[in-house]
Amino acid sequence: MAITSLPSADGQELNIFIEGRFDFGAHQEFRNAYERINFTPKRYVIDLQGTTYIDSSALGMLLLLRDHAGGEHAQIRLIHCNPDVRKILSISNFEQLFHIT
Amino acid sequence: MQDTLSILIAEDSTADRLLLATIIRRQGYRVVTAGNGQEAVRLFEQERPQLVLMDALMPVMDGFEAARQIKQMAGEELVPIIFLTSLSESEAMVKCLDAGGDDFLAKPYNQPILQAKIKAMDRLRRLQATVLEQRDLIARHNEHLLTEQRVAKAVFDKVAHSGCLNNAPNIRYLQSPYALFNGDLMLAAFKPSGGLHVLLGDFTGHGLSAAIGAMPLSEVFYGMTAKGYSLAEILREMNAKLKHTLPVGVFCCAVMLNLSFQRRVIEVWNGGLPDGYLYRPASGERVPLRSRHLPLGIVDPNCFDDRYEIYPMETGDRVFLLTDGVLEVCNQSGEWFGEQRLLDVFDSNRQPERLFEEIQEALVAFRGEKQDDASLIEVTLTKDGTRAPPPLIFSDSGQSCPMDCSVSFEFRAETLKRFNPLPYLLQLLLEVQELRAQGGMLYTVLAELYSNALDHGVMGLDSSLKRDALGFAEYYRERRRRLAALCDGYVRFHLDLRPQAQGGRLSIRVEDSGPGFDVQRMLALEESVDRYSGRGLKLIRQLADSCTWTDDGRSVCVEFSWSAQA
Repeated sequence: MAITSLPSADGQELNIFIEGRFDFGAHQEFRNAYERINFTPKRYVIDLQGTTYIDSSALGMLLLLRDHAGGEHAQIRLIHCNPDVRKILSISNFEQLFHIT
Repeated sequence: MQDTLSILIAEDSTADRLLLATIIRRQGYRVVTAGNGQEAVRLFEQERPQLVLMDALMPVMDGFEAARQIKQMAGEELVPIIFLTSLSESEAMVKCLDAGGDDFLAKPYNQPILQAKIKAMDRLRRLQATVLEQRDLIARHNEHLLTEQRVAKAVFDKVAHSGCLNNAPNIRYLQSPYALFNGDLMLAAFKPSGGLHVLLGDFTGHGLSAAIGAMPLSEVFYGMTAKGYSLAEILREMNAKLKHTLPVGVFCCAVMLNLSFQRRVIEVWNGGLPDGYLYRPASGERVPLRSRHLPLGIVDPNCFDDRYEIYPMETGDRVFLLTDGVLEVCNQSGEWFGEQRLLDVFDSNRQPERLFEEIQEALVAFRGEKQDDASLIEVTLTKDGTRAPPPLIFSDSGQSCPMDCSVSFEFRAETLKRFNPLPYLLQLLLEVQELRAQGGMLYTVLAELYSNALDHGVMGLDSSLKRDALGFAEYYRERRRRLAALCDGYVRFHLDLRPQAQGGRLSIRVEDSGPGFDVQRMLALEESVDRYSGRGLKLIRQLADSCTWTDDGRSVCVEFSWSAQA
């Protein structure tokens, strides 16, 4: 599991890439990815292309990010979900909180 | 710890010993000297030096034996032993290390190398001491954590698997014995009307956070169920409580069921758990009970969606609920059990009453020796499923009860849309001590009267719609539509309590603003057994002492009398 984050060229977005298993083990690293940056992104993009597995603690972490990014007003997209990951997200009806593609 | 390193020198040659001692003292260390191995062992025991310079060949006891004994006494602590040797054959050097030596130094001594080796060994010694210290600290923390987990587990188990789970004959459940503390929660309780509320929940995060969440959840579940609150009201309250109590990121995926044996329907709300199934053995039909909501504890109370689905049930129909642990049961090669294998078990089932075992067997066969944390629950609609719920526990003595009074309520459109008056009416009546034992029966009668007045009276819904499964769904769709559009109408309750010689009498009159109905025809109709429809008139008449309709069915009055218990 490896998490990297990258600001977009215009500095408006933060891209977070998650490789491998996205579970409780990723807790600190995921937080660091959006807390230890020196700008305030308007939008967040979580790229799950390399994510093989996601569990309910990861869903909790996404909620923490949402809270950090302004709660109701947070703009967070989850992109490149594979079918398994997608299924977990939709069982929990996270489409209601995140923009998922 | 930072005081001078003390070094034991064991050397049989007096000259060599003095020389070495002088060199080392000059380098700033504290020195103890021994003339042979035995003396070295004795001095080690007395003085506990931190490092040993040991001649290999000595009289009485040689360095190898002394090293072995010193290492044994030192235990976990690292006491580095540097062998001083003029031996040069590799066999002898191996012997030094085998005896527990950490390094060697060839005679004659080279001072800078001697000093460097002592320093290196001291670093190792300190490292080992730090490792031991941290290991012990971790062990203590771990011990502490385990104790807390045990306490949390004890609390969790008390609240998570309580209620009527074990004495409702129509419930079977499986909770993996391996899951010490997996955050899965099963709650079941009879409603005052004799129906059943069941909740299967799965908290994110195991351990303490699950235990913390389980407490308010189960309290709300049992408390509100006993008082006659509806599925939607209980879910709302649970969501609000969890949202309020738990930190962001901790939530509870849950399915809640409301099973009514009398009306033979089930209401289902699923937020975040995998598909459950309503299985109808008669037709082989399997209705997935999909998650349509966010889990409990995520959204603000004002955004919470309490819409649930309603399905008719026949005797023998079964509902299966599961947590993702079931689908994620893993085999030796790391594959998941998955949905398809579960559905295959359903498909190959021939005896519905064996299905629960078959699922369990399939899980065991699949996972082999491996462990899992699966929770599975089966609820069957049985003919005689209804049980009287345990009587509510009241903290008062019941001495100050509102005997001899009458109260009236009128609930109008806006209230009818969003308020369930039954728990309040019931609570009021249960202030009368003699009525407390009858709570369930009173609730059933109130609930039937209220739903007749609202559904068929105020909203004019035709119960004959519910004659088949399709019409059944249509009925509830139409009910939802009409309720949302309601802008006038009323339901009135008049409760009258009067003391009588050796007892009392309660009369409940319910009036509605609807067009009324042909009472005689409806009573005759209900005598002929009619699947889902009917107005529960038969039931009300069975339970009450008397039941009379006036005003063309717009007003109904039921009466109960009781005599005081000695």
